[in-house]
Amino acid sequence: MAKTTKRGGGLAGAELQTQEMQAFQVLSPDGKVNEANLPELSDDQLRELMRRMVYTRVWDQRAVGLARQGRLGFYAPVSGQEASMIGSQFALEKEDFILPGYRDIPQLHFHGYPMYQGFLWSRGHQHGGQIPEDVNVLMPQIIIGAQYVQTSGVAMAFKRRGEKRIAITYTGDGGSSQGDFYEAMNFAGVFKLPAVFIVQNNRYAISTPVSKQTVAKTIAQKGLAAGIRSVQVDGMDVLAVYAAVKDARERALNGEPTLIETLCYRLGPHSMSGDDPTRYRIKDESPAYEENEPLIRFRKYLESKNLWTEEDENKVIEETKAAVAEAIKKADQYEKMTIPNLIDTVYETTPAHLEQQKQEYLAKEGK
Amino acid sequence: MATMTMVKAINDAMRIALQNDPNVMIFGEDVGKNGGVFRATDGLQAKFGVDRVMDTPLAESGIGGLAVGLGVQGFRPIAEMQFIGFIFEALDSIMVQAPRMRFRSGGRYNNPVTFRAPFGGGVKSPELHSDSLEGLLIQTPGIKVVCPSNPYDAKGLLLSSIKDNDPVFFLEHLKLYFSLKGEVPEDEYTVPIGKANVVREGTDVTIFTYGAMVHTSMKAAEIAEKDLNKKVEVVDLRTLSPLDVQTIVSSVEKTHRAIVVQEAQRTAGVAPELISVINENALLSLDAPVKRVTGFDTPLGHPLIEDEWIPNTKRIVNAIEEVCNF
Repeated sequence: MAKTTKRGGGLAGAELQTQEMQAFQVLSPDGKVNEANLPELSDDQLRELMRRMVYTRVWDQRAVGLARQGRLGFYAPVSGQEASMIGSQFALEKEDFILPGYRDIPQLHFHGYPMYQGFLWSRGHQHGGQIPEDVNVLMPQIIIGAQYVQTSGVAMAFKRRGEKRIAITYTGDGGSSQGDFYEAMNFAGVFKLPAVFIVQNNRYAISTPVSKQTVAKTIAQKGLAAGIRSVQVDGMDVLAVYAAVKDARERALNGEPTLIETLCYRLGPHSMSGDDPTRYRIKDESPAYEENEPLIRFRKYLESKNLWTEEDENKVIEETKAAVAEAIKKADQYEKMTIPNLIDTVYETTPAHLEQQKQEYLAKEGK
Repeated sequence: MATMTMVKAINDAMRIALQNDPNVMIFGEDVGKNGGVFRATDGLQAKFGVDRVMDTPLAESGIGGLAVGLGVQGFRPIAEMQFIGFIFEALDSIMVQAPRMRFRSGGRYNNPVTFRAPFGGGVKSPELHSDSLEGLLIQTPGIKVVCPSNPYDAKGLLLSSIKDNDPVFFLEHLKLYFSLKGEVPEDEYTVPIGKANVVREGTDVTIFTYGAMVHTSMKAAEIAEKDLNKKVEVVDLRTLSPLDVQTIVSSVEKTHRAIVVQEAQRTAGVAPELISVINENALLSLDAPVKRVTGFDTPLGHPLIEDEWIPNTKRIVNAIEEVCNF
């Protein structure tokens, strides 16, 4: 006969307590540096980080304007997430492979994906997805979380071939609710894969605040359930993000995957397709985030080191405006898609029934 | 009567359902405070509270499972899938768990869930926001598939779907949400599931269609009457599963010629099923093979080319001419 265990104080001891964690920070909001956490970066590298963040901000502002004029298709603004995006990509090597969500165009760009293709992707042109041969990224993912599970596959390929490269992926706070999110980390843990999983917690999944997304105190702690290393980083602090990803990359190469939650804030709307943040934002929360945004903080730090001037900033602004103008022109001039072309890109060899559909189209409607 | 858009008619149906039946609940991504990305649930959380109109975490599989569980407990959940391309994450609930609940329990349980999702192209939405996946759904035993083409039918059919004791997938064509207005009674009424509607009488050929293609087909019928002197009958299927065999057969027996128009890719969907129904029931009434006008067997994922991809009046008029001159 089975013994019944008396319930009592023992249960409390068996209750798992989440340990408090403190988001990793290098730069405080007023631009003061925590020397102990400072990553090794040359002055030129520091300046390059700033250049990229300003570039991304200006590009975003231009893209928002283009979207309003109807000159882009789907566009998800990035302002407020520059430190998280730029800092994380800066820690990668060219051979590392990025699996992005739809907002992660800046990381793709700095990994080699041309801006004009980003614009074509936004418009829904197939060439937007034709990643150049020497660029190690996938197309932006539309299905929330799908890129996470695929990351384990890409990472396993690198491990099997003995290559010193990692797979890195991005999702948001909303994406961390998908089953795919957990499954990906669990697989990476079980197979000891060279993978880094980033959650850019920008506080809102379209209209849903993170408080309605989960009652977990942090998203980072979700990695603990899968048994993988999990860290939380101040995502408004480009140096902290860089340092955390650099560290995670090294560990990933040794078979230790990491989940990194970057705490940031989406300053703009979810997308340019009719989203109105005033319908759902918590009142008066935005100004605090605006003051705390990544460019201000890093600019203060660089200025204190005499590494950044207004002149530098203006130069980048002009450089970006010119790059955007050129990219949009190139996108405008790119050849139009055709139905026969669509048909011929479904399979390696177009099967007879599709060939027939193509011929019928060409006979009756093709120009 | 009031004049309203289709999205307003859908909103109105859900408001009435929430009002009349305490077991009706609505949930999905951004449906609460934000009122849905197309405002289909606008104002419903404010009126009926957060316990009945809920924002869920971002997890379609979770939304599907929640609906199945509530349904088995006697609630009437209306689960919104934000876009049709997101249902793949929830297919276990939509294609297996909900539709098989009655069957697996030998009738002990049922699952009166209504899944709603916008689908279809023509508004330049990004990939996986504009697909037509009804072929997948109609192949699933145990779930009914409904697709209105106008505000009146949308409200009446949605109220029927919510009341139905079996699961229903309610497909809302994106292009129709705001593009046309119609007269809609303010009170409760229903349009029966499983009944097609002859929206244009004709004698020379019948077009069977649904969703946004009803409107393209109506325009093509007018062109054919003017340019080809052909009287085209147009049948709005309204329910894609189960099909209204009687209306389909009667029309073919009258016109002796048929065309099926669907926006979806060509292979294995509503069109081939409809042609099978005609073959089985009215083959000897036909004076010409049944023709189908469809999208191509590629994904519809590229807004820049969707106007060429989606069947247009020219393609339909060509088909009318071919079938009539056979």
